[in-house]
Amino acid sequence: MASQSKSPKRFAALDSLLQGLKRSRGSLLVLAVLILFPFVFARITGTSVNEGPAKYWQGQFIAVFIMAIFAMSYDLLLGYTGILTFGHAAFFGGGAYTMALFLTHVAPRFVKTYRVSLPGGLDVTEPSAFLLAILLVVVVSLVLGLLFSIVSVRVKGVYFAIITLAMAEAIHILSKATDFVKWTGADEGLHGVPVPAWINPTQYRLRFYFIALAFAVVMYWLARRIVNSPTGRIFVALRENESRARMIGYNPALYRTIAFVVSALIAGLAGALFSVWTVSATPSMTSAVTTVNALIMTILGGMGTLVGPMLGAAVLEFFGQFLYQWFGARWPLVFGIIFIVLVMFLPYGIVGTWRLRSAQWKRRWSLRKQRAAAQE
Amino acid sequence: MAPEAEEREIILEARNLRKEFGGLVAVDDVSIQIRARTLHSIIGPNGAGKTTLFNLLSGTMPPTRGSVFFKGRDITHLPPHRIAHLGLGRTFQITNIFPNLTVLENVRLGAQAMGRHNLRLLTHSDKYTQYLDQAEQVIAQVGLRGREHMLAANLPHGDKRKLELGIMLAGNFEVLLLDEPTAGMSSEQVPALLEIIHNILTSGNRTIVLVEHRMDMVMSISDFITVMHQGRVLAEGTPREIASNELVQSAYLGALYGDLTAQAEK
Repeated sequence: MASQSKSPKRFAALDSLLQGLKRSRGSLLVLAVLILFPFVFARITGTSVNEGPAKYWQGQFIAVFIMAIFAMSYDLLLGYTGILTFGHAAFFGGGAYTMALFLTHVAPRFVKTYRVSLPGGLDVTEPSAFLLAILLVVVVSLVLGLLFSIVSVRVKGVYFAIITLAMAEAIHILSKATDFVKWTGADEGLHGVPVPAWINPTQYRLRFYFIALAFAVVMYWLARRIVNSPTGRIFVALRENESRARMIGYNPALYRTIAFVVSALIAGLAGALFSVWTVSATPSMTSAVTTVNALIMTILGGMGTLVGPMLGAAVLEFFGQFLYQWFGARWPLVFGIIFIVLVMFLPYGIVGTWRLRSAQWKRRWSLRKQRAAAQE
Repeated sequence: MAPEAEEREIILEARNLRKEFGGLVAVDDVSIQIRARTLHSIIGPNGAGKTTLFNLLSGTMPPTRGSVFFKGRDITHLPPHRIAHLGLGRTFQITNIFPNLTVLENVRLGAQAMGRHNLRLLTHSDKYTQYLDQAEQVIAQVGLRGREHMLAANLPHGDKRKLELGIMLAGNFEVLLLDEPTAGMSSEQVPALLEIIHNILTSGNRTIVLVEHRMDMVMSISDFITVMHQGRVLAEGTPREIASNELVQSAYLGALYGDLTAQAEK
C-alpha cells in the first residue's frame, strides 16, 4: 500500500491493473489452463487438435461452459437475491428456441431478400442475420424476465416458486404443442438448424471451443461486476432481510426485477449458444429437468459464490459421463445418492464449504501460532 | 429537556388513526403531534397499541381510517420505501438487521440507500467511498468500532440493537421511530444505549419517537410523553405533567411506579 501511494500518478492506472490481476490470479490461472487445454491434450494423446479424442473432449468442455453460465445465472437469483424459482428453463429454452426458430425460418429468407454490406464493399448479410438473431434473443429474454418479476411482486417464497414452475411448464407445453409442428417440430424439436458456416460446431470445433470459452468469460465477468456493484449489494440485502431493506428505502420490486432481467438475459444467451452448439432446439431444453439441473449445479457448487455453480456444472457433466459409462441409463439414480451424501457433508456446496473451512483453519492456525509465541 | 421544545414546528402528525384487526380495535382514534428535534416517548402497557401505531406511522400497515402527515405531506398510503426516502425511518422491537453481512456492510447499506448510486450495475461498490466513510463514522458513533468485520449474526444482543440503530443513523433519517431499542438488553447495557440516543438527539437535526417500557428511562430523557391505554391516548404532556397526572397514576402507573413524581422532579 505504501509503495502504491508513493508511485507517480501516471503509474496509478498500471498499478491498479496489476492489483486487479493479482486479486484474480486464481481465475486467470484457470483461464490459462482452459486456453491451453486443447493443445496440451492433443500433444499428450499424440493426435491432431481437430479430430479424435481431442475434438471429443473439446465438445465436452463446450457443453460445460454453456451449462456453467446457465447455472451461474440461476445463482444470481437463488444465491444472491434469495429468490427460489423453478422456471429457469423458460429463459434457457426461450433463448434456444428463439435462436433456432430464427435461424431455421427467418434467416434464410432474410439472406435471400436483403443484402447488407460494409462501406468497404464487404458482404456481411449472413453475420448481420446472426446478429439480428442474438438481438432477438436479448429481447425475448428481457420480456420473459420482466414477466416473471411482475409475478414476484405479488407472490412470495414457495408460492412464487410453484407459480414459476407453472409458467415454465406453460412454455414447455407450447414448445411441444402439435399445433405448431410446422415451425417447432413439436415433440421432436428442431434439428439440423442451419447455423452460420463459420460457427459450425462440427466443422470448426476448436473455434467453437474458444467462442464458448469467451462467452463464459464475458458472462462471468459481467455477473461478477454486477454482484459487487451497489445494485448487487442491494440484491444481497433483499436476500438477507427484505423488510429491513424496504424500511431503509430500497424498493424490493425494483431490485428483484433487475435481478430477474439480468439473470434471464444471461440464461437466454446461454440457451441460444446451446442451440447453436447442438444445432437443435428440443422440448427438453424448456423442461423442468433443465431447471432442476441448474438448481443441482448451484447447490452442489455453492450458492451465492458464482464460481460454485460453474464448478457444479463441470462436476455434474463430467461425473455424469463416468457414471453413465458404469451404470448406463440408470446413472441418475446413483448420482442422486451421491448428491444426498454431498449435501450432507458439504452443506454450503463445494466452493461455499471450502471458503468457510479455509477461513476457520486460517483462524485456528494463527491462534495456535499466537499461543506458541506466548508460551515462549 | 429543551426549554423551547413546545414552540417547535410539528414534523410528524397522525390524525384520528384507527386500525382494526377483525373485531379487535388495536388503535382507536389516535391523534398525535410530534415536534421537530424533540424526543417524544410513547408508553403504555402491553397491548396498548404502541407498535401498531408505529406500523401505521411508518407505512408498514395501512390504517383502517385516519391519516398521517410528515412535514405537511400526506403519507398515509405511500409504500414504506418511499416514506423512508422522505426521511422517516423506524427500528423494530425484534432485532431487524442483515444477519449474514458484516457490521460495516450493514451500515454501508443504510448509507447507500439514501444516495444516488443504487442503479450502478457495473462499478464496484467500494469505489463509492463516501458510503464507507459515513458507515465508519456511524459505527464509531454507536460504539461498535473494532467490530466492523464481524458478521452481524455473531454480535451479542446488545450490539445488534446498536447496529440496527447504526443502520438507521447512516440513512440520515430526520425522524427515527425506535420501537423498544432496549428490549432484551440487560440493565447494565442500557445506559450506553441511552447515551447513544441522547447523542443522536443533541448532535443533529433529528427527531426521535420512542416506544419504551422502562419508565425511569423515558422520564429522564423525553421532551414529551404520550400515554396509550387500550388503543387510545390516555394522556399527553411533559414528563412532569405525566408523572403528576392523576388519571395516568390511577389507571396505569399506579403502585408500580409510585415514585415517578420524585424522579421527574429531579
